[in-house]
Amino acid sequence: MGMTMTQKILAAHAGLDSVSAGQLILASLDRLLGNDITAPVAIREYEKLGGRPVFDRDRITMVLDHFVPNKDIKAAEQCAVCREFCHAQQITHFYDVGRMGIEHALLPEQGLVTAGDLVIGADSHTCTYGAVGAFSTGVGSTDLAFGMATGKAWLKVPSAIRFVLRGTLQPYVSGKDVILHIIGRIGVDGARYRSMEFCGEGVGALTMSDRFTIANMAIEAGAKNGIFEADDRTLAYLRAHHAETPRVFRADDDAEYDETIEIDLSAIPPTVAFPHLPENTRTFAEIGEIPIDQVVIGSCTNGRLEDLRAAAEILKGRKCAKNVRVIVIPATQQIYLDAMREGLLEIFIESGAVVSTPTCGPCLGGYMGILAKGERAVATTNRNFVGRMGHPESEVYLASPAVAAASAVTGRLSSPQEVMHSEI
Amino acid sequence: MKYGDNVDTDVIIPARYLNTSVRSALAAHCMEDIDPTFTQRVEAGNIMVAGQNFGCGSSREHAPIAIQASGISLVIAGSFARIFYRNAINIGLPIVECPSAAAEISEGDRIEADLDAGRIVNKTTGKEYRTEPFPAFIQNIIANGGLMQSLLNENDAAQIMK
Repeated sequence: MGMTMTQKILAAHAGLDSVSAGQLILASLDRLLGNDITAPVAIREYEKLGGRPVFDRDRITMVLDHFVPNKDIKAAEQCAVCREFCHAQQITHFYDVGRMGIEHALLPEQGLVTAGDLVIGADSHTCTYGAVGAFSTGVGSTDLAFGMATGKAWLKVPSAIRFVLRGTLQPYVSGKDVILHIIGRIGVDGARYRSMEFCGEGVGALTMSDRFTIANMAIEAGAKNGIFEADDRTLAYLRAHHAETPRVFRADDDAEYDETIEIDLSAIPPTVAFPHLPENTRTFAEIGEIPIDQVVIGSCTNGRLEDLRAAAEILKGRKCAKNVRVIVIPATQQIYLDAMREGLLEIFIESGAVVSTPTCGPCLGGYMGILAKGERAVATTNRNFVGRMGHPESEVYLASPAVAAASAVTGRLSSPQEVMHSEI
Repeated sequence: MKYGDNVDTDVIIPARYLNTSVRSALAAHCMEDIDPTFTQRVEAGNIMVAGQNFGCGSSREHAPIAIQASGISLVIAGSFARIFYRNAINIGLPIVECPSAAAEISEGDRIEADLDAGRIVNKTTGKEYRTEPFPAFIQNIIANGGLMQSLLNENDAAQIMK
């Protein structure tokens, strides 16, 4: 029986000719990732082994991005643990303040992931790198510790859902609307334990930025990974970022899928996930008057240059509503610099927004934009669980950068069309 | 200790408390955002019961650590989110999927479980449930007392590095 794209990558990394769904394998890793929240726990576990050297200092990437620049003394001490470990182990790819960015935007940008790779990261959004045709999945801290020691991880081979994409996106609609639409259809456990494999002629029309956003939120449907087959656009991206030589894996013609879901990209409107689950999606025909207090544009989901451009297009020449705090967070130093050179940061600041150094901060309710009781935010982030961005009685509405920017202008949840069709 | 579907790791341990990984500090805020009385009520040996997709969201291992450090001896759920599932196994927190038990057990029921035998007994109602035993590979991790301990076991370490 044929294998899915994911199964082929797993078989190749387990030294097996073939694998099938449900099989437990021990797979070799190309890349491991930890951050300032998850790595301290991994380091504590690793030290149980008595201070042995890591399996390969070039394959481990450590990014301090969640609570940095240090938000408080405890956070500072967690970063110190990571810093000392990376120094002692001479970890090649260690990213501290000044070089760091939000990990899942940073690794592809730095060319640290390529097609055909097997990547684990102690962060649930590690599934992002499926956008470049890698098998990439979030794990826990102990898995990271085990991987640092052995270069391996135990994995259960997943079955898959195939998403066949057709058509092209409408104006002001992006990868975020696509993935929210999909999660709205299948639910937050619709792909639990399984792969989401994206194929069809519609993929070619999606930018790499759209693909990163879609793969990033596969976890929000419970998936083990989300993956796109590498095409010319992927290969051009990998070359431009000096990634290692790609290995392109294609699903067999007779690969078995649990389900095939057809998605017409041209039929997807701007989509918003209401509190408190990413599956609570609505389109603007179903949305009434929702006044808001804060807008966050950034995160591993939507902090790339294309996202900032989409927001800037709407904010250019307009002002943020008086009662709304608007926080823009370029995901990496390079994106920050590019946005500055393109004049995007000027547009944001003139509109009344603030621009922050790269950080995961507000997305997980860490710092840099915490909500008070009863407050509402429109955010380009990935989760709207109870208390995710602050007080347990606050609310997060997940949306695209275009919807977030439009809402910043009106002070209520708004579609980009509404704002762009009105006079400046 | 009974909860519904889609209990996410942000409510098991909110990110505002992730500036530390000290076990007792995590336990002090376990379940705070959906059950503010949990930390006062929980006693060593209690069982946590929940619906579908327990532990969804963030990969934070702090979530099963907070539950374990609270004294919870077993989590029974209709289903588990996959990262939580592997984290619990890797740190040695006993968990088991059993939709019928998860649905029928009530708050306050006395529960006995033998996961090796694949059996859960509700001593209050007298009802017995069968569960799927773990595959040998996972049983071995549990028998070693966690994933890292298996690396300290020479035979297992040799097998892993083969």
